[in-house]
Amino acid sequence: MSSQEHIQNVVELMNVRRTYRMGEELVQALDGVSFAIGRGEYWSVMGASGSGKSTLLNVIGCLDRPTEGDYLLAGTKTSSLDDDELSDLRSQKLGFIFQSYNLIPQLDVLENILVPLYYQDEPPADGEERARALAERMGLGDRIGHRPTELSGGQQQRVAIARSLVNNPELIMADEATGNLDSQTANEILDLFDELSAEGKTIVFVTHEAHVAERASHILRMKDGQIEELIVQREIVQREIVRS
Amino acid sequence: MKRQTYARMLRSGFRSLMLHRLRSLLTTLGVLFGTSSVIAMLAIGEGASFEAQEQIKLLGSQNVILRSVKPADEPTSGGQTSRVVRYGLLDADYERVRDTFPAVVHVVPVRKIEAEVRVLTRSLNPQILATQPSYLAATGRLMWEGRFLTAEDGRSLSNVCVLGTDVAHYLFPLRSPIGERIKIGPEYFIVVGTLAPRLRAADDQPEVGEFTGEVLIPFETATNWFGRIQVKLRSGSREMEEVDLHEIIIGVASGDAVSLIADASREMLSRGHQKRDYEIVVPLELLARAEETKRIFNVVLGSIAGISLLVGGIGIMNVMLATVTERTREIGIRRALGAKKRHIITQFLIETVLLSVGGGLFGVALGLTIPIIVEASADMKTIVTPIAPIAAFGISAGVGIIFGIYPAWRAASMDPVEALRHE
Ligand SMILES: Nc1ncnc2c1ncn2[C@@H]1O[C@H](COP(=O)(O)OP(=O)(O)OP(=O)(O)O)[C@@H](O)[C@H]1O
Ligand SMILES: [Mg+2]
Repeated sequence: MSSQEHIQNVVELMNVRRTYRMGEELVQALDGVSFAIGRGEYWSVMGASGSGKSTLLNVIGCLDRPTEGDYLLAGTKTSSLDDDELSDLRSQKLGFIFQSYNLIPQLDVLENILVPLYYQDEPPADGEERARALAERMGLGDRIGHRPTELSGGQQQRVAIARSLVNNPELIMADEATGNLDSQTANEILDLFDELSAEGKTIVFVTHEAHVAERASHILRMKDGQIEELIVQREIVQREIVRS
Repeated sequence: MKRQTYARMLRSGFRSLMLHRLRSLLTTLGVLFGTSSVIAMLAIGEGASFEAQEQIKLLGSQNVILRSVKPADEPTSGGQTSRVVRYGLLDADYERVRDTFPAVVHVVPVRKIEAEVRVLTRSLNPQILATQPSYLAATGRLMWEGRFLTAEDGRSLSNVCVLGTDVAHYLFPLRSPIGERIKIGPEYFIVVGTLAPRLRAADDQPEVGEFTGEVLIPFETATNWFGRIQVKLRSGSREMEEVDLHEIIIGVASGDAVSLIADASREMLSRGHQKRDYEIVVPLELLARAEETKRIFNVVLGSIAGISLLVGGIGIMNVMLATVTERTREIGIRRALGAKKRHIITQFLIETVLLSVGGGLFGVALGLTIPIIVEASADMKTIVTPIAPIAAFGISAGVGIIFGIYPAWRAASMDPVEALRHE
């Protein structure tokens, strides 16, 4: 593998484990997971409740650290980074979208979109224009001064998507982003993700629903903290159940 | 972090606080009352001590005053109405001071005369002081009209007098008293001058119903007409007293020599008097004591301030801890979006400081208002030193930082994943 190819991978996990201690018991939330996400790929992650999807996303999102194994984000090895450096990665290279929107209630739409830039050491000069353009694109041009409580669920999620894009991230991560929305609104949001993917954004999308997962180029199926199968373009390239 | 970052954090901190207006308001009350009471009490204390000092200065800071005091164990009137009680400063004491004390500018003898003062139908019982010309310089009093007593008045045993303002106003409400005749006891006196009004000295406060004006007559004239024995009429009984001198005012050349003269006086009087029938008033020493009282007052005030600010600070900390818990999810969101620990610490510290400084500002405003009200309603002097509001404000900001550190640290050290999962 040449270094050129290496950088082409936005995410690279090598035998990643994440172990939780529950009293006496050890819970293997991630149990030796290895895969790589190339630039511009659209991945969906599926699996039963408790299979480790959120844990995986937290590790990829630099919110959590692997107990074992290595994780490279856009070529940067994360295991040696301290808390501040991980925060820098989050504000510069990552975009988060949550099931429950997670907007900050006392900030208006524009300010919510701008939050990731607030925490950059050298925020871009055109941050506010960028945020306005994103709000416009999400169809929120006339809602810029509104508070989150004054918006519908779908509108709130659009704000969250705009917020995840404002820092031009290497990777956009969504955990059940349509879980709280009715099917029509959900479809509109999913169309947005298709658009973003078409523009070349790298996306990881956690979902329960097969028809949602099917929109992605890669479908990663988790089971008990392990990869059950990985389907690429609806063609199964890897099917293995690793039992330890 | 850049300046605009702080400006934004200030704005957003203010907005967070405004989400819970009542709670924020109540939280600031502790610091508010702490700072306002500090400023108000300091102003009142400063004013009181200023007044005390002014009154002491009236006695003359370069004077040592010897006074006759009736000994406590002396049997009072009772049945022995004809007995003469003899006590107090002696003529010999006066001569001794005048002739042997060094560094003395004036030595002024004062005798009080018990007599009624009368003009036509108006009469009153003022303090009648028999004294010498140097009285004016020693007490720092000023003339209003006419002249003061002269040495010649004494030599020639002239029946002349100088009136205090109150007496002059009472006896001659409509015209100048200069050249008028008044009757003191059985004798007629010509008014040659009036004194300018003065502030009242602390231990010269009028008793209820007592008239505080004075009438001054030449010492020698008084001895000639009234002698040394005074008859006091008190609640129906007669009391006779023989006192050479009621007061000796010693004017000292310089402030340094005051304690020397005070010691010399103590020594002289303790040797010459078996009974303690005198007192020595040293205004300079009173001044030093007033300073000391003020210092103690400030220490006590400082402690009260410290305690109220401590309580206020704990109140703020308590509310901030609750706020941090309430906003756990927001903290998780901010951390997920790239906030570092120090961003979170700064955010919550700013909110705490806003609370305490807000309380401090209103406290300063209230603290500056109270002295004005006190001065208007209680007739007390207050002095607001500029350092008080500045210090109070600074301290309230310090309280915010000190009591904000722990809640802010709690917020920053939350695990982002746990915080995001918080409902
Ligand atoms: N903080 C924690 N402490 C202990 N165990 C945990 C913790 N977080 C997750 N787990 C465990 O790790 C496993 C994976 O959890 P995770 O949240 O990743 O599942 P998930 O696939 O996202 O499930 P869902 O679809 O319900 O969101 C579960 O067994 C869970 O109980
Ligand atoms: Mg989950």
